Amino acid sequence: MKQSVTLGKVTKFMGLGFLSTFKDLFTGKLEKEDYKAFLRKVIVPVASVLLFLGLWHLGAKALYNVEAEFRIEKALNEQGQAAADDMAACIASGDTSCQPNTLPSPSQVWTSFQSLLNDHALISADKAAFKEKTAALNEKRVAEGKDPIVYTGRPSFVDQIFRSLKTVFAGFFLALLIAVPLGIFIGLSPTLKSAFNWFIQIFKPVSPVVWYLLVFMIVKTLLIDSSEDSSFSISFIAVGLCSMWATLVNTSMGVSSVDKDYINVAKVLKLGNFQKVFKIILPSSLPLIFTGLKITLSVAWMVLIAIELLAQSPGLGLFVWEEFQNGANDSNAKIIVAMFVIGIIGFLLDRLMLSIQNWVSFEKTDAI
Amino acid sequence: MAYLELNNVYKTYGTDENATEVLSNINLSIEEGEFVAIVGFTGSGKTTLVNLINGLLEPTKGEVLFKGKPVEGTSHERGVIFQNYSLLPWLTVEQNVLMAVKEAFPKREKAVYKRKAAYYIDMVGLTPAINKLPKELSGGMRQRVAVARALSMKPDMIIMDEPLGALDALTRGTLQDQILNIWGKDKRTALLITNDVDEGIYMADRIIPLRPGPNATLGPEFKIDIERPRDKTAMNDNPNYKKTRNAIIEYLMDIGEERKSQVSEAFLLPDLAPKDFVNQFR
Repeated sequence: MKQSVTLGKVTKFMGLGFLSTFKDLFTGKLEKEDYKAFLRKVIVPVASVLLFLGLWHLGAKALYNVEAEFRIEKALNEQGQAAADDMAACIASGDTSCQPNTLPSPSQVWTSFQSLLNDHALISADKAAFKEKTAALNEKRVAEGKDPIVYTGRPSFVDQIFRSLKTVFAGFFLALLIAVPLGIFIGLSPTLKSAFNWFIQIFKPVSPVVWYLLVFMIVKTLLIDSSEDSSFSISFIAVGLCSMWATLVNTSMGVSSVDKDYINVAKVLKLGNFQKVFKIILPSSLPLIFTGLKITLSVAWMVLIAIELLAQSPGLGLFVWEEFQNGANDSNAKIIVAMFVIGIIGFLLDRLMLSIQNWVSFEKTDAI
Repeated sequence: MAYLELNNVYKTYGTDENATEVLSNINLSIEEGEFVAIVGFTGSGKTTLVNLINGLLEPTKGEVLFKGKPVEGTSHERGVIFQNYSLLPWLTVEQNVLMAVKEAFPKREKAVYKRKAAYYIDMVGLTPAINKLPKELSGGMRQRVAVARALSMKPDMIIMDEPLGALDALTRGTLQDQILNIWGKDKRTALLITNDVDEGIYMADRIIPLRPGPNATLGPEFKIDIERPRDKTAMNDNPNYKKTRNAIIEYLMDIGEERKSQVSEAFLLPDLAPKDFVNQFR
């Protein structure tokens, strides 16, 4: 018996059930009794987003006015009436040199988002051109045994996003490789559990900043001879160490709390130890392990920003920090763009994990 | 020598002051090919007794002998059907049975395993549901999977711990017949633990009541002299059936009374009536 895969099933599987309501809206499949659900699932979220944007706009405007008045006042007090009039005119004209620097409005953020995309298009074109130009030369250099020339221009915003994703996934897999096997051993053996317990309790609450410094101390020494940039390895190791605790705790809990009935089945069937772990204990603790991995991935994404910033490893965290230091006219707007991008990617990562969890484990989990 | 023998078996949980003796002085012997039912109240230590026999627990005192040898741990020779099915929820019906087959008959070809599993699944009439997960099955179907899994290991003895306790009366009847059919085919030794006297009389050769715990022990046995195959409706008119049934129920009632009279403290219930919410708003 084959089950047909429909949009509704896929979206529900991924915890994006509200998308199918949108589809029903456009295909006219909405029944009368569905209108209440439609109101709740579509109208209310859209209305709340609009309300949020409205409040944001008003708030930004109010802050803008406070800042503008302060500047005019300051000009009046220090340089007299003429300077104050000039300042007021300058602000009203929209000249970038004297704009108040405060919380950007939604429209400014949107403009910045578009300019970042344009910037990305420019840099991509530049990169492609560079590649074309150096293709022949690089071939010759490789043939001669020299290193090819690589593009060293600044990365675009989109490049930074991918760099961040690379770091977070490297960190996540490091956490997975350490925490899942260790968690299984700890869950299986009460002795190991009491040996590791204090360790887990103490290191779990340690801040990402401290983990970064610890990893920095160690990796810096390990890579002392290497001329390569160690910022990437430092940041992904720190991300992994920060975020692995949820998985470690959940895995050991899942493994040690397997239903007694299943253990009895293993005994009655006389499964060997290896079989018992792989056929009974692991499958039955998969839901908990995945809950842990989901938390780990979201924690990894959250601490990534702070760690990239400290490690000077290129990515969204460094982007935010550089924009803040930059202090250009649209820097604040760019920071807000980065904030939304970080949030949306975090949400998508969570849904990705939920889909994998529903795929592999026998208990179906609904999205929150 | 009996096939299964329990000699002066005691089982205590906890130690020292907290010790509770669940079973005391259990003596039981079952011959090869016999179908014995143990009937008892809930909480009288039936599951403990089962676990002693299948090897999940060890007696505190006394010995459990199977084919003359002391029971040490579980064995494929004694198949167990658990009270709560204990199917692995992440495996399909076929995979659940296959797991048992693979353990009982190591180092065979994959096709052999598949054929064996299919045979036992067919035996309990679940071939159409072979690729379903346990949660997609009804209670009766799940219990049939558990039966197929236990039988697929070709045990010499089947131990059933209230296997039909959670089922409705109709499903119960059908499953009782299925189990009897399977048992009748190759006359394996069977031990059925149940709380239903009628079930015991319908299925077993002998019924032994388990007196309620703590300190549960076995009562006198009742032989069921009704010819097989038994017919449920015809059995109701059988004088033998009536006599045995009355005797067993009387015995169980008596120990029930005994237990009640042992409760020294009487709890006075407060003289309260539920508040009348219906008339309040009229």
